[in-house]
Amino acid sequence: MDSALLRLENLEKSFGETRVLRGVSLSADAGQFITLLGPSGCGKTTTLRIIAGLESPDTGKVWLDGRDVTSAEPNKRDVNTVFQSYALFPHMTVEDNIGYGLRLRRKPKAEIRRAVKDALALVQLDGYEKRMTSELSGGQSQRIAIARAVIGNPKVLLLDEPLGALDYQLRRQMQLELKRLQKQLGITFIYITHDQEEALNMSDVIAVMRNGMFEQLGSVSEIYDAPKTAYVARFVGNANIVSGVVKDVSDGVITLARSDGEMSVKLTGAPPERGATVHAAVRGENVQIEPLGRDGQPPEPIVGTISDKRFAGGQLRISVTLSDGTEVTASRHGIDSPLAAGERVAVWWSPDHAVTVEGDNEA
Amino acid sequence: MKRKRRVSIAAILPMYLFTLLFVLGPLIYMLILSFASRDGQWGVSAEFTLKNYPRMLEPIYLRTFWNSIKLSLLSTLFVLLIGYPFGYFMARLTKKWRTIAMLLLIIPFWTSTLMRLYGWIIFFRANGVFDGLLMGLGLTTAPLKLLYSYPAVVVGMIYALVPFMIYSVYSSAEKLDWRLVEAARDLGASGFRAFLTVSLPLTAPGIFSGVILTFVPSMGLYFIADVLGGNKIVLIGNLIQEQLVKLHDWPFAAAMSVVLLVLTSVFLFLYRRVTKSDSLEGLV
Repeated sequence: MDSALLRLENLEKSFGETRVLRGVSLSADAGQFITLLGPSGCGKTTTLRIIAGLESPDTGKVWLDGRDVTSAEPNKRDVNTVFQSYALFPHMTVEDNIGYGLRLRRKPKAEIRRAVKDALALVQLDGYEKRMTSELSGGQSQRIAIARAVIGNPKVLLLDEPLGALDYQLRRQMQLELKRLQKQLGITFIYITHDQEEALNMSDVIAVMRNGMFEQLGSVSEIYDAPKTAYVARFVGNANIVSGVVKDVSDGVITLARSDGEMSVKLTGAPPERGATVHAAVRGENVQIEPLGRDGQPPEPIVGTISDKRFAGGQLRISVTLSDGTEVTASRHGIDSPLAAGERVAVWWSPDHAVTVEGDNEA
Repeated sequence: MKRKRRVSIAAILPMYLFTLLFVLGPLIYMLILSFASRDGQWGVSAEFTLKNYPRMLEPIYLRTFWNSIKLSLLSTLFVLLIGYPFGYFMARLTKKWRTIAMLLLIIPFWTSTLMRLYGWIIFFRANGVFDGLLMGLGLTTAPLKLLYSYPAVVVGMIYALVPFMIYSVYSSAEKLDWRLVEAARDLGASGFRAFLTVSLPLTAPGIFSGVILTFVPSMGLYFIADVLGGNKIVLIGNLIQEQLVKLHDWPFAAAMSVVLLVLTSVFLFLYRRVTKSDSLEGLV
């Protein structure tokens, strides 16, 4: 069981009255890229700080390489952090910043100089040794912070929203570089972000966090294609959640009845009971919105009213309000659509594109 | 841009005039006075002389200068050792406790320093509070007679000057980004190493200005030696005061003041050269 390099066992943590973590468990293998994905305040940074030793959990344990490090000082664990604020030492040159960890270990000067040179090459900032940190751009500071954290060859590298302060272009570029770096170094990455795209691009495993717990933990395809809860479906896939009552289950398809029509969902797992309320998640790109009565529509599609039409992120988004107030948004790569706000339309999707999810227990 | 500049010059002009009139003016007057001669019992004659300066080379004066410098250096050292941790940890308190600590530091200033020094007399005098405490605890059997001793003067100096060190260090430590300390710990530094390599260098400006704010006034705090040292501890300040008030030798007093000023400036210059402190917290 202890093949895992890093194992978190039921971590709990409160700050005053606020319960920040309510039982977080995770196990990471060597060389894995694991992302903690969640909105701000969900407890992901606290989890990271507990792994780093900058915070201690109220209950629970942290195992690193088979050793219980729960109460070990931060300097006594083989873990380094790339801080969100970079936390470069302003009174040191780039070289001294990167070599800091090695100097603490009293390595010979020549060896440190060589290692710093290699680390700078790794982050493609050759020749920056003598710069002061105040002379660096955001992206450069970011790379130096990474170089400083990996030079000591930690077993686990923790990254706290390292790309959060960078602009979109640079962020895309750094995502690729970080991934390359992680493969090259073979270090386990625990990566924090609130950006689902970033998580999907880089991770092997994603843990979707919410209110101090993991809502779902799984591979990228599991999280994306088979979200367990409405929350995960919404947060990771920007999915629409539509509820209905089970009318029929046949041929691996569940038919759900609503007051404004019917919808069908692929059956996964045990078939639900007839009459039970079920939530379906379907992503915007798979939602069909058409004028009523077109060919190819299911016999009784859901009928709603177009409430909004807008361009966002290079896509056309059409929102439809259903009779129970649920809003369904479809996204298209297209210039425009003849549909206009206020129009009554049919809303449907192929059952292959919809999955059932657990409803929100809160909110 | 230019226009704006002219406006700001107009705004600060009164301050420059004030400074010229009341700071530079007296300094120049003092410098001129130091080359004048004493005239009769009270007066000063305009006759130019250099003799006020060589007079300070007499052993009694030299020794006093040396004692003053020693006392100032010693007091500054103690003030640093006490004030630094105080200011540093004060900046780490929660906001509420920081406010309380700040208030506690400010409240004594509502009373004059002199009055507070008299408090120390009660504390130090034979069979006073301090003796009572020590003897009550059985640590000593007879009064220590600490009042009018060198240690009493040092304690008085530390007491009067330590708040300035605390403020300076505090204002530096408050700006210290604690995440840098965490980064150092994360990279393998023990708490102490992180302090030495990150906290200390980054709060150094506070130390520099604290030392200056302590050392410079300490050279002139003669009344502490007066109140707590009796006649036994004589500092330059005491000499100057004596020449001025009792012996009415204004030119000699002026000459000594000039030397004190130069001496202090030389110390500051050397200090800044050695520590390479260009930016001073709260100063300059």
